[in-house]
Amino acid sequence: MTPPLRRERGLVRPYVVTDGRAHPTRNTLDLVTLVNGTGSRPLTGLSPEKRRVVELCRPGALSLAEVAGHLNLAISVTKVLVSDLIDSGHLTARAPIPRTELPDARILQEVLDGLRSRL
Amino acid sequence: MGSAPVSDQVYLSDSVRAAVKILVVGHFAVGKTTFVGTLSEIRPLRTEEIMTQAGAHVDDLAGSPEKTTTTVAMDFGRITLNDHLVLYLFGAPGQKRFTRLWKDMMYGALGALVLADTRRLDASFDIMGLLEEHGMPYAVAVNQFEGAPLFPEEEIREALDLLPETPLVTCDAREAGSSTKALISLVEYLQTRTPAQEQR
Repeated sequence: MTPPLRRERGLVRPYVVTDGRAHPTRNTLDLVTLVNGTGSRPLTGLSPEKRRVVELCRPGALSLAEVAGHLNLAISVTKVLVSDLIDSGHLTARAPIPRTELPDARILQEVLDGLRSRL
Repeated sequence: MGSAPVSDQVYLSDSVRAAVKILVVGHFAVGKTTFVGTLSEIRPLRTEEIMTQAGAHVDDLAGSPEKTTTTVAMDFGRITLNDHLVLYLFGAPGQKRFTRLWKDMMYGALGALVLADTRRLDASFDIMGLLEEHGMPYAVAVNQFEGAPLFPEEEIREALDLLPETPLVTCDAREAGSSTKALISLVEYLQTRTPAQEQR
């Protein structure tokens, strides 16, 4: 029965990083939620991972997926960290994505125009 | 990967206010990463999610049958469409067992572009089935590999069992023009869908 043990050990790190939580405090975060550092809160007391997130997001906005990619963190872990940092005022979510089943016709037109302009 | 050098171009322009995403899906080695890399304005990024046991042994890439976890990589890139809107392209494998990753990817996505290879058309069925199950509209782009057989569109449509309205285009994932056109055909298709058709 060693494989299950090994698997549990592999989960320790993300668990520690997120203070033992598997779910973020807010469920509105998406892969393309844009986050930006506020620069108004001290970094003292933040875990090393949270500090890295805040430092990465200080110069400008990035999507949550980009934060994960740059810092080599799993998406699930990044969501928890970003969510906490929004709660603590270190980050702001710049463009919350409305949860809609239907893409807005205006958005689709903008996507189309933007793509066509690249040809 | 790790601590990638972060330069100014890494960040979004200050005027960007909203982001949308399109999925680029397909079977192993169909060219998803190449496609995303060709169109992305940033160096494509990769995130990995560790998946637990279920189905790991049937993965094309699984090194050993005893493997208890498997890592799913998702490659993504970015296209700034105008001063306030940015498009993210997410390329990921379309296996059923990666439910959590799929949910993350599909949440709010406009639609999906299915990349297909004429040498392995049957390998695309699972992915199309998964998209249909989730009500995710898609277009199909045949990534034309050198030396791969060329088939008339009708034959490919038939082999993939496509609905008459599903767009089918050919692209070269290494080349920006045809890859952009493939995305355009998907978005044009999304525009034609009426609200009534999208209710499930």
